[in-house]
Amino acid sequence: MSPTRDELHWMYRNMVTSRSFEEAIAKIYFEGKTPVFNMANGPIPGEMHLSDGQEPVAVGVCAHLNRTDVVTATHRPHHQAIAKGVDLDRMAAEIFGKSTGLSGGRGGHMHIFDPEVNFACSGIIGQGLGPAVGAALSRQMQDKPGVAVAFIGEGAVNQGAFHEAMNLAAVWKLPFICVIEDNSWGISVPKQSSTAIANNAERAAAYGIPGMRVEGNDPYAIYDAAGEAIARARAGEGPSLLEIETYRLAGHFMGDAEGYRPKGEKDALQEADPIPRMRTRLLTDGVASESELAAIESESLARVEAAIRFARDSEDPAPEDALTCVFAA
Amino acid sequence: MSKTNERRLTIARAMAEAVQQEMQLDPSVFVMGEDIGALGGVYGNTRGLLDEFGPQRIRDTPISETAFIGAAVGAAQDGMRPVVELMFVDFFGVCFDAIYNLMAKNNYFSGGSFKVPMVLMTSTGGGYSDAGQHSQCVYGTFAHLPGMKVVAPSNAYDAKGLMTAAMRDDSPVVYMYHKGLQGMGWLGTEAGATVHVPEESYTLEIGKAKVVRPGKDVTIVSLGMGVHNALKAAMRLEEQGVSAEVVDLVSLVPLDRDTIRASVAKTGRLIVVDEDYMSYGVSGEIIASVTEHDISVLKAAPKRVAFPDVPIPFARVMEQYCLPNPDKIVEAWSRMQAA
Ligand SMILES: Cc1ncc(C[n+]2csc(CCOP(=O)(O)OP(=O)(O)O)c2C)c(N)n1
Repeated sequence: MSPTRDELHWMYRNMVTSRSFEEAIAKIYFEGKTPVFNMANGPIPGEMHLSDGQEPVAVGVCAHLNRTDVVTATHRPHHQAIAKGVDLDRMAAEIFGKSTGLSGGRGGHMHIFDPEVNFACSGIIGQGLGPAVGAALSRQMQDKPGVAVAFIGEGAVNQGAFHEAMNLAAVWKLPFICVIEDNSWGISVPKQSSTAIANNAERAAAYGIPGMRVEGNDPYAIYDAAGEAIARARAGEGPSLLEIETYRLAGHFMGDAEGYRPKGEKDALQEADPIPRMRTRLLTDGVASESELAAIESESLARVEAAIRFARDSEDPAPEDALTCVFAA
Repeated sequence: MSKTNERRLTIARAMAEAVQQEMQLDPSVFVMGEDIGALGGVYGNTRGLLDEFGPQRIRDTPISETAFIGAAVGAAQDGMRPVVELMFVDFFGVCFDAIYNLMAKNNYFSGGSFKVPMVLMTSTGGGYSDAGQHSQCVYGTFAHLPGMKVVAPSNAYDAKGLMTAAMRDDSPVVYMYHKGLQGMGWLGTEAGATVHVPEESYTLEIGKAKVVRPGKDVTIVSLGMGVHNALKAAMRLEEQGVSAEVVDLVSLVPLDRDTIRASVAKTGRLIVVDEDYMSYGVSGEIIASVTEHDISVLKAAPKRVAFPDVPIPFARVMEQYCLPNPDKIVEAWSRMQAA
């Protein structure tokens, strides 16, 4: 299964949008935090986990999904949210803690919820697996179309929740796909010192389901592998496990000094930045012209700027709104 | 006015120093948890330990809390004294069984033949917009469940003494440090938490509260960050001619009810400040400890300043609206007068 020209344009557009969005967020994040960095200050307070470098995973998988399919994501959710089609204005506003945010400012960047496109994420490792399996169960029980994808980091496979969710999905043959984004770091702990095997796709054997590892942070290869897994799920053939090699170009969170990284690793990763690589390939394959790519880039940037403007111009929530929404209205 | 022999340490450094000194003395002490090795703990409380003791005794774990906290119980029962870290108290949901059904109960179930000498350390608190899975205190949850001691230092001196005492205790101790007191460069720190810490090892008795400010008109009881809010409020009340006594609980379990009761017997009024959720928690327990003992000492109904019973919101205006602060404590005093 190879991506069509339109799909490739869509993939590139979403990678660029995600990157531009995070570049904008990163810049604004430091407002109010210089000269003295204090996470509590500025228009975007709190923790900020950026996904730059990991965009290929989001677009390679989400190219096969539509609005009705379900995605659960992690504490590092922006690239997946964008590829899933989450409302960018309201997502930006949520990250700024504004009243127009997806949750009216209650959630912030680790709690992005958009029911229009069936997207949710949360901040505790392994937490999205159960809900994605449950969504898949619900689709099966209601005989409704759609699959559920749980994105997790490679660090999450060592949570009990991973094993439990995989087995449940397999034993009930649910339309579920677990996508492991292997950026090789869990905060400061490298994969090889926390995980007993190098290739987590091998764990699929424990559940009697297909497992595949995709190397190289390559959107084309990710597209192929995800296409197969998602088609299987749609056909009622049950779950799959994908592990995708990707890179975390930045720190675990903004403000991370990254003293634990081996020397030279960051520079090497920058060299392998997947966005310029895809750009070059689109051109050499003759799938996009220079002017088409430039148009995609400027449109993406304009889209991001509009979202940031929307967020900045929106009102703060009323303080006492903190007391609402605890129970269903 | 700094004294020449003063050694002002952050809570993070005081905790690390306590662990370091105890590890030098006692080969059965070891540390495990996420990001406690090369990183030195997200909240700095194991910094420098990997260099001195190596990866056998300073063990970074996978993100497998059920396994490594369960493993700490097993190791503790088998002659080790594990110090275990999970960086945010909010994350304990994934592994609570190992904590409240194993760690906290095995001494009892075994009739005392299995001891579980371990320390579980974790950060609490918000105020910097990290939202509802990274800002909770849940003090009351741990204190409610029998079988584990629970401590929460408000300053570096107490932090070091409590940590040493916790490592030497034959019972499990949950050690809850507040992020806003910790002294991390990337997060603001309450100035009053960074205080003189003696170099030599010492212990602070677990289960003993402290009167950190004497007064005669009202007792303000709190813990951790709340103590600093209470002290600020006490200064403001003093400007109004009100003399407030501040009690730092230091330990939640065992709870030093005698110190609280003695203070309220003297002042006749009680305000409890707690960053944990209001209902079914520390604030209610403190008030009950006074009223069920001798209600006649009270000149006014007690008041609570606690986090309302809602998840912690991200947006700064909403979170600040919910958090206890000195204004709210002063206001509680005013409401007490109006009643
Ligand atoms: C249950 C739980 N334990 C620990 C954490 C703290 N934590 C946040 S992110 C993280 C590392 C996650 O690594 P990985 O799953 O590989 O995702 P990545 O951050 O690399 O995207 C850890 C340990 C948490 N959020 N939840």
